Amino acid sequence: MTILIKNAELTDPSQKMDGLCSILIEDGKIKEITSERSAGKGQKTREKQPQELTVIDAEGRPVIPGLVDMHVHLREPGFEYKETIRTGTEAAVRGGITTVCCMPNTRPVIDNASITSFILSKAAQEGSCSVYPIGAITKGQKGEELAELSILHEAGCIAFSDDGRPVMDSLLMRRALEYSKILEVPLISHCEDLALAAGGVMNEGLTSVMLGLRGIPPQAEEIIVARDIALAELTGARLHIAHVSTAGSVGIIRAAKKRGITDITAETCPHYFHITEEAARDYNTFAKVNPPLRTRKDIEAIREGLQDGTIDVIATDHAPHHLDEKSGDFDSAPSGISGLETSLGLSMKLVDDGVLDMAGLVGKMALTPARILGLFSKNKKGSLKPGFDADLVILDTASEYTVDPALFRSKGVNTPFEGWKLRARAAITLSNGRIHTWT
Amino acid sequence: MGLSSKDLTGLKDLSPEDIGLILETAAGFKDVLGRDIKKVPALRGKTTVTLFYEPSTRTRTSFELAAKRLSTDVINISVSTSSVVKGETLIDTARNVEALGADFIIVRHSSSGIAQFLAKKLKASVINAGDGTNEHPTQALLDLFTIQEKKGRLNGLKVAIVGDILHSRVAKSNIYGLTRLGAEVRLIGPPTLVPGCLKDLGVRIFYDMDKGLQGADIVMMLRIQTERQGKGFFPSAEEYFRNWGLTTARLAAADPDALVMHPGPMNRGVEIASDVADGGRSVILEQVTNGLAVRMAVLYLLSGTKQ
Repeated sequence: MTILIKNAELTDPSQKMDGLCSILIEDGKIKEITSERSAGKGQKTREKQPQELTVIDAEGRPVIPGLVDMHVHLREPGFEYKETIRTGTEAAVRGGITTVCCMPNTRPVIDNASITSFILSKAAQEGSCSVYPIGAITKGQKGEELAELSILHEAGCIAFSDDGRPVMDSLLMRRALEYSKILEVPLISHCEDLALAAGGVMNEGLTSVMLGLRGIPPQAEEIIVARDIALAELTGARLHIAHVSTAGSVGIIRAAKKRGITDITAETCPHYFHITEEAARDYNTFAKVNPPLRTRKDIEAIREGLQDGTIDVIATDHAPHHLDEKSGDFDSAPSGISGLETSLGLSMKLVDDGVLDMAGLVGKMALTPARILGLFSKNKKGSLKPGFDADLVILDTASEYTVDPALFRSKGVNTPFEGWKLRARAAITLSNGRIHTWT
Repeated sequence: MGLSSKDLTGLKDLSPEDIGLILETAAGFKDVLGRDIKKVPALRGKTTVTLFYEPSTRTRTSFELAAKRLSTDVINISVSTSSVVKGETLIDTARNVEALGADFIIVRHSSSGIAQFLAKKLKASVINAGDGTNEHPTQALLDLFTIQEKKGRLNGLKVAIVGDILHSRVAKSNIYGLTRLGAEVRLIGPPTLVPGCLKDLGVRIFYDMDKGLQGADIVMMLRIQTERQGKGFFPSAEEYFRNWGLTTARLAAADPDALVMHPGPMNRGVEIASDVADGGRSVILEQVTNGLAVRMAVLYLLSGTKQ
């Protein structure tokens, strides 16, 4: 199968392209990229193509590498009523995401080779895009003893995290970081001091007091960010800090990077640079997420962190839940936002707001996460250089649309962004050379 | 005549006009309660359901009696006898109650926001009888009524609220109501239980009780939930009483005509000394009596809203 994408306005931070391009794809890989300016030569190449050539005219629309989302909850196995590998990856490609890294808090937990293999084979059979599991740091994510990291790695886990249930024992976290060095993979830390968070359900402040909801102070995150950076410094291991939500965390990470601790990276999510704790007023359970939505000041700091490189990655922390679970009182609703189908449009607003340029945005959503996880060098993800997987997105940026969760491919309709007007979305997504379109 | 909303979920968003109307109407009902025949036919044929997910003696009894004095039929549902134990969700329970023809659903629940949640989903009038650590509007309204009745005004009065502000839905509702009606609110208690951010609502915060009580017209004591002591908000009941317990000696700092209030149930010797609780300045039992009139007013006015 050969595909030719003509008139593509390509943004790929891994290579320099000028003007409109043609992208030739063969057997699911990028074969060649040519500038439309050297049309004479390109024309000849095209004439030689076999008859089963599929030509897509991008009509000058932006084309970017498929996004790499390093923080996704696919829920399968165990919570198929919330999401499955099939629906989650359908949602991903709808959102321009072609590589999904799934977190281990499934049932059973991804802490053994057979669950890892199950997810990989299920994704190969039913998935719309590439799926790479993230293994648990500790057995059962219980924070008690190390999971078999190298066996998990061999089975296909590309990083490790006890996401949602942070490793509270500092010695165990130290050992995990030290041990992970044999694998050259990052440990992804969900930074939350559980004792200090004290069962809170939203950001601590006047809003939480006035709603009568238990608050989580920003320091519950910052203490563990600081701890884990200190442990990374101690061990020389690779640390990736998940879903940064506070100005204080941005400051701590920035200072560490300035000090020369280069093996730390950090991510944030669209909800942390768009909305505040105010979204939880009226007890809106769709705005309940962990870490919680913070304040205007935190949004500003996170945007600065994205701009100056303190924050390397934008991930979704896609956390689909069943509507029934989110339809009760705030205290008992589970935390999480369904993010795969809004991430691209919400993140493109950073370009509109002048926080990032297009190449910078693609870097944070494709190239950098692929590099952090070794997917760039080993799996040919995150770039459209020849030889890389044919994962790309043709963007529709011409018409504004309204976020409507009823149209989500994800089973999770839990978004606080319903009704938002966004500009960018995927018109066509290619994942491993498979064409996905929607009407 | 009615309120601007079909429900009473809290004082946070209640206008001074609505508060004034409730207090005025309650005064009328208090007269009724002083008569030989204490029952009026105002709401005959209406149905009131109390749906309590937390234990309560005085609030539930007060609502039940208020509803009966207005001639509504009253059904009491408490968690141990309902199908909640079978796993029925809150909204399903409430919808079933509504389907049986309830006009008023009076709800108490340990989770903040429940009354607002039900109010949005139901056509019946929802009255919040206490939701988590959010609000307890009728308690605050009866407190406002009591102060107004005794002092003749609320505007400009110095009101000290003492104790566990953080977890107290009574305190929250009172803060909203009192500040809205022009009272000067002071919050007194240990820093672990008095969130500093409440300053943004225009109240003053004191950790030193003697300073906070200076010249106070009203001293409103809150119940210390002894079950929370283990969580380290303060070291012991003894130390708490030493610092924030109301004694006759301490009360001397307040205005000579200061009133002592408590929403009950009291922990004698923990937040309030018995001689103060039973003393001449205590209006604690009058609060209970006024609660009946205020709850009658709320039911009556909400019924008017719906027409």
